[in-house]
Amino acid sequence: MKNILEINNVTKFYKNSVKALENVNLNIKEGEIFALLGPNGAGKSTLINSICGIVNFNTGTIKINNMDIVKNYRTTRKITGIVPQELNLESFETVWNNVNYSRGLFGKKPDHNYIEKLLKQLSLWDKKDNKIKELSGGMKRRVLIAKALSHQPKLLFLDEPTASVDVELRKDMWDVVKKLNKDGVTIILTTHYIEEAEELSDRVAVINDGKIILVDEKDKLIKKLGEKTIKIELFESVKKINGNLSKYNFTLDQTNKIISHTYNLNSNTTDITELLNDVKKDGYKIKDINTEQSSLEEIFIKLIQENNNELVRN
Amino acid sequence: MNWYGIKAIYIHEMERFRRTLFQSLASPIITTSLYFVVFGSAIGSRITEIDGINYGSYIVPGMIMLTILTQSISNASFAFYFPRFTNTIYEILAAPLSSFEIVLGFVGAAASKSLIIGCVIILTANFFVDVRIDHPLLMMFFLILTSITFALFGFIIGMYAEGFEGLQIIPILIITPLVFLGGSFYSINMLPEFWQKISLLNPVLYLISGFRYSFYEVSDVSLLTSTLTILTILIGCIIFITYTFSKGYRIKD
Repeated sequence: MKNILEINNVTKFYKNSVKALENVNLNIKEGEIFALLGPNGAGKSTLINSICGIVNFNTGTIKINNMDIVKNYRTTRKITGIVPQELNLESFETVWNNVNYSRGLFGKKPDHNYIEKLLKQLSLWDKKDNKIKELSGGMKRRVLIAKALSHQPKLLFLDEPTASVDVELRKDMWDVVKKLNKDGVTIILTTHYIEEAEELSDRVAVINDGKIILVDEKDKLIKKLGEKTIKIELFESVKKINGNLSKYNFTLDQTNKIISHTYNLNSNTTDITELLNDVKKDGYKIKDINTEQSSLEEIFIKLIQENNNELVRN
Repeated sequence: MNWYGIKAIYIHEMERFRRTLFQSLASPIITTSLYFVVFGSAIGSRITEIDGINYGSYIVPGMIMLTILTQSISNASFAFYFPRFTNTIYEILAAPLSSFEIVLGFVGAAASKSLIIGCVIILTANFFVDVRIDHPLLMMFFLILTSITFALFGFIIGMYAEGFEGLQIIPILIITPLVFLGGSFYSINMLPEFWQKISLLNPVLYLISGFRYSFYEVSDVSLLTSTLTILTILIGCIIFITYTFSKGYRIKD
């Protein structure tokens, strides 16, 4: 699949010499959902704003569809849409005017049929004549999405799309994002809700202190960096750890009936077969077996902690 | 050129004007009427004519200029500062619009509003005094050029203002005094020689003088000087805006 976005050695300093991005390199494939993860102030929004032309970056190049976004800004911006993090809307304008205004800004001929379809898709049609100030936070978020989609972009940036929205609406938003992606829109989202990245993304990048510290497919990342825990529930409590089981570094729960053994999927041996054999050899009967895999959130925290420790050492 | 983009900004701004039509028009009409009551009736009873023109009629171009200047500046500065304040500016910056197109949309709308208000003042003035326009094309030339130039000036204020208070400082502290001291309500020939020379340093004098010439063929300075002055301010504003945009200053950090 070809790259729709190529970021090469992009660096950005703010006026007060604060470094926001440092030698960022990133390629986004056409048709994917890409999640950019990072703590607050890591540079996620600055990177998105640099790509969309909202802030100027200092060095490096950014290409959309193989075209430089500075030299060919007209062509590249026409196929790019952005949903900002904040609910930045003109309160006294109606939903209809707001969305049509956005389409016009991006150089598109008015198309009321398309806007009607879009508003219906986003469940905003019955609110089209309402002023923005009359809408709920969730509705406003939908208006922002409608505005970003008003010119039919191929590449959509969602900056914290579900920040401060309730769980139900978050799920609705996810459905919208999935539907857009199915319709051929490449989506890049920033989030610090790991659950969101886990649910939506094909690939994930982690950014910290203005640097991309990792890019990988979400599933591979979970597999590669994730630890698994096997929980063996026994019929009777373990009185004393001796015999064959003494060679394992496992933990017991409060009832002494559940053995938890953590292993890494990447290592050559997981010791699971031997553990199960030794449980049997020591005379315990197994009631149930469960496995738990580390979430993207745990991986993310681990990565950021490692990166911060490295920054302190340097 | 992104004509749809320019049109979108223009219509969006004019829509704001339409929403607040009463306030937008009532204020200049009431102010003009008050000027006629105070200057036309009270002072006009003592100064009957200036350069052979009835005093009430003589002050009409000055009053229009006062309104055009202040309205152009406030409309354009507010129009550009407001999306900065609400952060909706992100959409304009992310759109495939050149800085020229952005300026054209905002300044075009601000200048249009001023022109509408200018025409309303001419109509209002007709209720109080006889208004004669000897050179209508020249009058329109000055009216349009002044509206555009000061809308550009307002746009600059909108780019640099730190808050809503900042939008008012230059119009109140600089523009209004310059208009009042620029011969809006008198001819500089009525001043002592020293103050006449000082008045010649006021660029607004040249605008009012040229504009008044288009009405009654009377002026304090030559028409050419007036035209060159307004063109110089216009070019100055364009250069300043171009420079500011090229640096991304205050907008794209």
